[in-house]
Amino acid sequence: MSSRRDFMGMALGGFSALGGLAALYAMKRSWDPLPSVKAAGFTTVDLSGAQENVLNVEKWRGKPIFILKKSADMPADERDVLVGSDRFLIAIGLCTHLGCIPAYLPDQEIFHCACHGGQFDASGREIFGPPPSPLVIPPFKIDGTQLVLGEEGPEYIKMKEAGVIA
Amino acid sequence: MREFKILAVVVFFTLLVYVGVEPFAHSQMHAHVEGHDFVYDGTADIEEANTRVEKTKEALEKAKERLTEVQSIENSPQEDLVKAQDAVTKQENALAKAEETVTHKKSFWANVASIAQLDVNITNGEMSFGTCIACHNGAGINMGGVIPPNLDRIGSLYDKNYLIALIKDPAMASNVDHKYANTMMHPMGSVMAMVTSDQQIADIVGYIMQNKVGELEPKAAFEEACVRCHAVRYAKVTQLGDTPEFKEEKDALAHKIKVLDEQALVEAYMGKLPPDLSMMIRARSPHYMETFVENPQTQLPGTSMPRVGLTKENYEKVKTYLEEVGDPSKPAREAIGPWVILFFVVFTILAYLWKKSQWKDLH
Amino acid sequence: MAHFDENAKPFSNQWLNDRLAIDTVKRVLSTEYWIPKNINFLWAMGMILAATFGLLVVSGIFLLMYYKPDANLAFDSVNYTIMSEVGFGWLWRHIHGVAASVVFLIIYIHMLTGIYYSSYKKGRELIWISGMLLFVTFSAEAFSGYMLPWGQMSYWAGMVITNLFEGGSLELTGLVEWIRGDYVPGDAYLMRFFMLHVLLLPLVIIGLIVFHFASLRLPHVNNQEGEEIDFEEAARLYKEDKKKESKVIPFNPVFLSKDIFVMGVYFILFFFLVFYNFDFAMDPVNFDPADGLQTPTHIYPEWYFLWSYEILRPFPKDPGLIAFLIAQVIFFLLPFIDRSSNVAPAHKRGLFVIWFWVLVVDMIALTVLGKLPPEGMFNTLGTVAAIIFLLMWPILFVITKFEKKL
Repeated sequence: MSSRRDFMGMALGGFSALGGLAALYAMKRSWDPLPSVKAAGFTTVDLSGAQENVLNVEKWRGKPIFILKKSADMPADERDVLVGSDRFLIAIGLCTHLGCIPAYLPDQEIFHCACHGGQFDASGREIFGPPPSPLVIPPFKIDGTQLVLGEEGPEYIKMKEAGVIA
Repeated sequence: MREFKILAVVVFFTLLVYVGVEPFAHSQMHAHVEGHDFVYDGTADIEEANTRVEKTKEALEKAKERLTEVQSIENSPQEDLVKAQDAVTKQENALAKAEETVTHKKSFWANVASIAQLDVNITNGEMSFGTCIACHNGAGINMGGVIPPNLDRIGSLYDKNYLIALIKDPAMASNVDHKYANTMMHPMGSVMAMVTSDQQIADIVGYIMQNKVGELEPKAAFEEACVRCHAVRYAKVTQLGDTPEFKEEKDALAHKIKVLDEQALVEAYMGKLPPDLSMMIRARSPHYMETFVENPQTQLPGTSMPRVGLTKENYEKVKTYLEEVGDPSKPAREAIGPWVILFFVVFTILAYLWKKSQWKDLH
Repeated sequence: MAHFDENAKPFSNQWLNDRLAIDTVKRVLSTEYWIPKNINFLWAMGMILAATFGLLVVSGIFLLMYYKPDANLAFDSVNYTIMSEVGFGWLWRHIHGVAASVVFLIIYIHMLTGIYYSSYKKGRELIWISGMLLFVTFSAEAFSGYMLPWGQMSYWAGMVITNLFEGGSLELTGLVEWIRGDYVPGDAYLMRFFMLHVLLLPLVIIGLIVFHFASLRLPHVNNQEGEEIDFEEAARLYKEDKKKESKVIPFNPVFLSKDIFVMGVYFILFFFLVFYNFDFAMDPVNFDPADGLQTPTHIYPEWYFLWSYEILRPFPKDPGLIAFLIAQVIFFLLPFIDRSSNVAPAHKRGLFVIWFWVLVVDMIALTVLGKLPPEGMFNTLGTVAAIIFLLMWPILFVITKFEKKL
């Protein structure tokens, strides 16, 4: 008899837990970024006017994006993004150590992070200090001379498969 | 059993309160307005004009009583007498005018009905239609208060009788003739000088109904019928239509100024800026919306909003669009509702069984 | 000095008992909190109120995440962001709106149950008074929340209700402006009512709920016959497994099992309203944005304020305000106006039962009349109903004075 009593109580408890899970799902959805925020997650940049060895910083999803047109003397790298015959570095401008924004030193052709002294070369590879990995390449697509940030184009997918985006 | 009796008492009083403060109170607050199922034959207009005659008659009676009263008092001051006399004269004039309006409306709509019966010549209609294009040119330039609408699909959007009436006399057709001493003053009033014969009207409308047709999505129906005057900010729609995306703030502001200029012109024409319609679907009851769009004067006597002459089918499209913008959760609500209710029905059954097992040995 | 068992494993029962006395707490508040057996479903209203308050808190938290208390942004943050952008934002809003309305229905049922069964006297005065304090705080909470969507009804309700503080002929315009922080309800007003709604008043409510529960523990819950139960004797019988002979049941799980069943029935109705009939709780007029230059054709408070609003309305300004003030406080005094020492259901208390039903009908009449336009016959009826309400209290004093002792 007491087992039947427990059984009904537990059945009710279990069933209520199902409802609780459904409610948790609704709560989780309420915490998701809004559709308008997601729709704003794409930024288009025109690369036709870019000058060699001059860093251009764009804002994408609240983060700085480094766009650097490489000059001929800079070594080629598998991380280079080709637009026509030009080579570009495209990377999220946050140091892979702890997320500060490195400064670009055009005469030395390196990125230097003032927070903890990390350095990256013009291909975004870490060359000194604490950073554990190269600057991260954001999802991008090349459309003529237009760069669309936030969308995964074939060039980006190729890099991702090659494992060089970060 | 006792619990059921108590429940019955609680339910009875709860329903009494509900019926009292909801259906009953609302029936007392809002006069009932009968719709005409989007048929535009002047019935509503003539009824309205007749009501005005009745009201004016009452006012005249009152003024006359007052005059008799003043006259019966000995030595009543001269100015009271004059005032009472003036009031009577004023009401007499108003009555004459109201009666004239009834006659005028009757003959106008009878005339519209007869034009609708005429045989049409589409070729002639197409030629006369050229007259319309002078203003309805798609240039998006405000003329006399509003931007003349595009005519490409009006044959699908509007009622045939309404279009006949509109060309015959725009102010009468849209039931805003009370705004004008002479209906020629309506922004589209000049059409009355350009299209003068009944046959010509019949031909133009015949041409429109045959050639100016096309499929209209809810959004398109809404934009063509309402957006000349109303904005919908939740859908980024203004009196100038869809708001484009601007990269430069300067361009966005320049567009905003254009919108403000257009709104100022609409405001000058309508007397006040027509309200944004984003939330209108929840701010008004379905019945109000329907009768209001069919004939704005019924719900808001004296309003400057014209009757637009939508067919029933296109009113439904407008409603659909307003629902998509103002009540976008409706589909989700309807999809989830039954499941939530079902959940609590099962919950209640389980809870009852648990309660029964707990209370088993108590009595 | 307490004794700590050094061998108890951390977080074991013994370990927790040494530190928190959990077994005692459980016994006192749950398994040996004795509730009379002779009750009906009206005794579940307390837990239903607690559950509804829970729903209000949870839905409120999710509304709070995207609401913007700014006169320019509030309307769109509610009607656009929350209703069409936030995932399930519409669900939180509908739950919040419907719960805010339905909670008053349950409060009124709970109050009238207390009056019917004389559960406000002979040791239960503080339960009644703390309950009335909760009622008043809930009213303030409901009013402040009603301001937040900043629609036409929000604005004009804010205007009219704050004007009450002018105090009629006292003309305390300064006080009204102080409450608003402005000449009219504006940004400052919206912000401070937002603060009241989401912080100060909920804190007060939570404190009062604790007080309400605490005031219930010693006098115990009343029962259907108003019988004075020897709880110790009854508890002894129950524990000896003479459950049939015992007049009591433990709060947990026996009383709770019935509460939860009643709650289930209530939730079916509640979610029906949330999904299919929410307009009564979310007035269409409030979907027009606030406009300080145009009053809506009809303005009226939410249904649960209508009876006291109607007591204000039929009289001239000053007497109206006084009548309104009396209506707000008179229920607090109920335990002291009722001079009879009988604790029994109304139908055993002679004239009191007539008094009770006249009160119910009069308050419903006031409620309905409060929403109707104040014209013609409705005005006359409203005046009569308001005068009856005011007369009810001296009458109660007299009839209970001469009530036969049971």
